[in-house]
Amino acid sequence: MATPTTVTTGAAPVGGHSILRMLAWIVPIAVLLVIAPWVIDPFQTLTLTYGLVAAIGALGFNLLLGYTGLLSFGHSAFFGGGAYTVAFMVKYFKIASMELFLAGSMLSSAIVSLLFGFVCVRYTRIFFGILTLALSQVLWSLAFKFFWVTGGTDGLRVPTPSLLGMAPSSDKMEFLAHNYYYYVLAIFAIAVVLMWVIVHSPFGKALQAIRDNETRAEFIGIRIRRYRLIAFIISGIFTGVAGALWAPLNGLASPDVLVWTFSGEIVFMTVLGGFRNFVGPIVGAIAFTYLKTYAVGFTVYWQLLLGVVLVALVLALPNGIMGAVEQVIAKMKRPGPSSRDGALT
Amino acid sequence: MGTIAVHILNALLYSSVLFLIAGGLSLIYGVMRIVNLAHGNIYAIGAFVTAWAIGLAVAADWPNAVMFVLLPVGAFAAAAVGAVIEVTFLRPIYKRPGDEYQLLMTFGLLMILEDLIRLIWGPNPLTATSIYATLGSLSIADARYPTYNVLIIIIGAVAALFLWAFIYRTKFGVLLRATSQDKRMASALGINVNRIYVQAFTLGCFMAGLGGAIVVPSQSAVLGMGVDALVLSFIVVVIGGLGSLEGALAGALIVGVVRETGITLFPEIELAVLYLIAAVVLLVRPAGIFGRA
Repeated sequence: MATPTTVTTGAAPVGGHSILRMLAWIVPIAVLLVIAPWVIDPFQTLTLTYGLVAAIGALGFNLLLGYTGLLSFGHSAFFGGGAYTVAFMVKYFKIASMELFLAGSMLSSAIVSLLFGFVCVRYTRIFFGILTLALSQVLWSLAFKFFWVTGGTDGLRVPTPSLLGMAPSSDKMEFLAHNYYYYVLAIFAIAVVLMWVIVHSPFGKALQAIRDNETRAEFIGIRIRRYRLIAFIISGIFTGVAGALWAPLNGLASPDVLVWTFSGEIVFMTVLGGFRNFVGPIVGAIAFTYLKTYAVGFTVYWQLLLGVVLVALVLALPNGIMGAVEQVIAKMKRPGPSSRDGALT
Repeated sequence: MGTIAVHILNALLYSSVLFLIAGGLSLIYGVMRIVNLAHGNIYAIGAFVTAWAIGLAVAADWPNAVMFVLLPVGAFAAAAVGAVIEVTFLRPIYKRPGDEYQLLMTFGLLMILEDLIRLIWGPNPLTATSIYATLGSLSIADARYPTYNVLIIIIGAVAALFLWAFIYRTKFGVLLRATSQDKRMASALGINVNRIYVQAFTLGCFMAGLGGAIVVPSQSAVLGMGVDALVLSFIVVVIGGLGSLEGALAGALIVGVVRETGITLFPEIELAVLYLIAAVVLLVRPAGIFGRA
């Protein structure tokens, strides 16, 4: 069932009017993000940086879930893979340039996602999920067992990198909360624009056609497996970049981001924001990061707390935060009992 | 000679515990088309409850025979938890299209159960070694082998036999298989599908709980054991075929043998080899050895 609101996967034609309306949203948010480090304290800025990094990963993840209809439970392989690529470049090649880190992690996640994708895109639905999960665990078990290469459970240290050839300042907190924040923000902006272009391109439309009806999509000549594989690789690269940005921020590449439960967190944040919506994963990633940061600070049983939130979300708010927002907006526009947007599409 | 026998017994030991966990997972999927990500935690609950009950019995200085009676307590606790989960959390989402929500729901339950176990029993491992110690060990040629481990293998084999009889030789089994093949048709013929679902889920959880309960005297109940077990049982069902009990048995045997050889010959890549076997099986036979596509 198609919801009357048109925002859903950007299926509506983007006319001049809606571009203006989009700008009315984007400009204030961009201004807020740019001035944020000067207004909020460094700890908050760091949390926000974590949120933006997670948002890049979730954006990549949602190309598969929201637009191609494939639920991956193995995106920790790309996120962790990106983080470990950075750590290896530091440890074995003595590289300190963030641009090289990004290039390296894009390459490594492209290779890993090509290999995984080759096997996984033959399947859909639950088999796809289990298969991605199992394959991502291969990487985790290797990182875990080859401790002399990967540091095992201790992980590998990642020092603050140089940005655009400029060496990091000596005050690490200051560096992360300002220079690094803007660096992440810039890459986040690029990622958002790129993903927007991808999902609104003919390629993105083809993915949505595959998601909605595989057989019909095949009839009109879309090579389903190849499209899925390409989507899988793009998705992997986005998440890999997120992992590479995460490593210097965290200061450590550890197996926690390779284990499959971390993939579950990526799924969680995407659904929290709403996976049927372009900005859903972004909102969800930032909200999840704050939620987790405060839950961890509040109690040792933070997993319990997050689990309860997830269960409640699935039961009461299946379309996530953005789904709920759309519903409220639709209700305000068309008052009356006829709005049944809560029903699942 | 003795060492080979010990290796074979160890492989069978792994296999029988894995069969109980993966068989439950597969049964639930076969009937309800739900992949229960919290299944490993159900196994952990079985282990923790049994270890806790036996710990109480040891503290009260009860005779050893009582402890054998307490062994299945964990399995019944796991079954009870399963029944509650099915009715309260899974039933509302069956009608949702797509598989996203069931995976998310069971993932949320995984997070909750993982922390509940820590909340109830604390972060330290629980042991129930008294049974293990009571039985002593057997001598096989020139090697010795713990008698309790042989008991685990026997329980695993008996459970497999019972399950087979239950599903292929009882009326309940017929209803279960009918529901598994065509839920709507079964419902139209007057089968209470909701009841079958709660029974199947409970039975699956009982198996996982039994696995945990019988394994805990030989190794302690630790946090995180559920998540590890879940991933291994995924390999089992992927190799054997999701939804097939014969597949779970074959997969468990394969994984048991590979793990045992792996631990002695190639400990670093033992897990990676298992995943590779799963991947190769999928490429050759997408639905697994015993799966129907």
